[in-house]
Amino acid sequence: MALALKDIENIAHLARLQLSEAEKTEALDSISSILSMIDQMQALDTAGADPLSHGFDASQRLRPDVVTETDQRDTLLKLAPNAAEGLFLVPKVLE
Amino acid sequence: MTHMMNQGVAELAQSLARKDFSSVEVTQAFLDRIQLHNNDLNAFVTITGEQALAQAKTADAMRAAGTAGPWTGVPFAHKDIFCTAGVRTACGSRMLDKFIAPYNATVVEKLNAAGMVMLGKTNMDEFAMGSSNETSWYGPVKNPWDRTLVPGGSSGGSASAVAAHLCPAATATDTGGSIRQPAAFCGLTGIKPTYGRISRWGMIAFASSLDQAGVLTRSAEDAAILLHTMSGFDPKDSTSVDLPVPDYLATLDKPLKGLRIGLPKQHFAEGLNPQVEKLIRDALAEFEKQGAILKEVSLDNSHLSVSAYYVIAPAEASANLSRYDGVRYGHRCDKPVDLEDMYKRSRAEGFGAEVKRRIMVGTYALTAGFYDAYYIKAQKIRRLIKDDFDRAFSEVDVIMGPTSPHTAFALGSKHKQKDPVAMYLEDIYTIAVNLAGLPGMSIPAGLLNGLPVGLQIVGRDFSEGQLLNIAHRFQQATDWHTRTPGVGAGTGLKGDQ
Repeated sequence: MALALKDIENIAHLARLQLSEAEKTEALDSISSILSMIDQMQALDTAGADPLSHGFDASQRLRPDVVTETDQRDTLLKLAPNAAEGLFLVPKVLE
Repeated sequence: MTHMMNQGVAELAQSLARKDFSSVEVTQAFLDRIQLHNNDLNAFVTITGEQALAQAKTADAMRAAGTAGPWTGVPFAHKDIFCTAGVRTACGSRMLDKFIAPYNATVVEKLNAAGMVMLGKTNMDEFAMGSSNETSWYGPVKNPWDRTLVPGGSSGGSASAVAAHLCPAATATDTGGSIRQPAAFCGLTGIKPTYGRISRWGMIAFASSLDQAGVLTRSAEDAAILLHTMSGFDPKDSTSVDLPVPDYLATLDKPLKGLRIGLPKQHFAEGLNPQVEKLIRDALAEFEKQGAILKEVSLDNSHLSVSAYYVIAPAEASANLSRYDGVRYGHRCDKPVDLEDMYKRSRAEGFGAEVKRRIMVGTYALTAGFYDAYYIKAQKIRRLIKDDFDRAFSEVDVIMGPTSPHTAFALGSKHKQKDPVAMYLEDIYTIAVNLAGLPGMSIPAGLLNGLPVGLQIVGRDFSEGQLLNIAHRFQQATDWHTRTPGVGAGTGLKGDQ
């Protein structure tokens, strides 16, 4: 599964990363090298193995559906690059 | 009396209890030492002198009033991956360069509650992605044993700081070896407990099914103290385990007679520096002397652990790091023309090359059409790797081997090289432990050409007490863990004359 530059452009778009031309070329080389290391996995027959997503198979813990968080709007808005009147500000989405 | 700069956590606690010196005095001494050496080592990214002295003053008052706990007033440092309320928490990234955490991580709360004094936040690879501490936005950290070498990573700042006696202990995290490899490179005791043992709440996420907090110290006893303080169930972390925390100190001295030690043949094979192997074999002989039994075991699929890890960890990272979008916190680019431009340029500017690379690998592995071939395949191999450990642990109690195939390598020798895979292979002996969720440790096992070599000890789920016991017994019989980077006047450390 050899990668091409347009694959890198597609991945970068999906990951919302803007890459310069030089970065794309670098990414093509380094990611191709990583993928060929990863591809060593394909040599092993794993037909009988169940995928393991977690070190131990524990079921997700549930808690009572009650409010535990206090209102921290102002604290959290202070961290925003741009906020006003209790809202996060972003560039215009709709014309 | 040992100079206060050379005392570990246990010793400092005794000195404070005896009133040999106050917490304010020892805190000030460490702050002075940090000032003296940090420009060179770059181990700390934030020094919280004022808060530290205020915490120390409170600790001294508690001591005077008789309300102090056993570790009250002992200074330490936090890896800059743990959220500390009111203090910048940057995780080695430009993305969070101006991020002042609005809350404390559970680990931070627990150490605060014990009355311990935070000296500052330590440098690290960006978002913990690296094995040399060279991917940090704040520049590389130097290894105090030889300042032309890396301290290891990603907890390189914590390791360098503890090895250089800028603090007696530091918190750290380990996703694929980030506690154990720096411990090995800097001659320290490092423990990554079982996944779920310590709360991940407030610990900035890299790969959530692998990330686990732990500590870097200069003895197993100190590691036992901190691990006990940091561990325990936390309802805020859905993967936190609700099991009682044993008294690790109580079992440190247990005799090792009859202990069955497994030696994975794959960890003593090609690629291991023969002189490192010699030192590891010498360390193993010490355990035999104490009555332990050595037995070869096989971890058949360990050669695929790095491959599987570099699917699973980047996949989880690509999802975790999607939160950095320039909207709610973190870096935002100048004058975005629209939302997509804002996302793409904020992330391009905020993340360094290695982080972007891993986000892209993870994104690719999760793309429709490749999901089965990469992600599911890697998860199946993860299962086989865990099965290998289960099989080994049916025959032996613990597994031992080298932490790293060699000693610390030169700054710049692997980072920014054309092929990132050489750096990834650094964690060849440690990564499988994270995939299986098991506890792992590294302890100093000797010096090769004046550089520390680490012995890795891996146990069954929740066997931290046993690992610390084994490490402590070794440290009672040997003095490798007491070696420091050079001998000078004053504190006995290089550069202090």
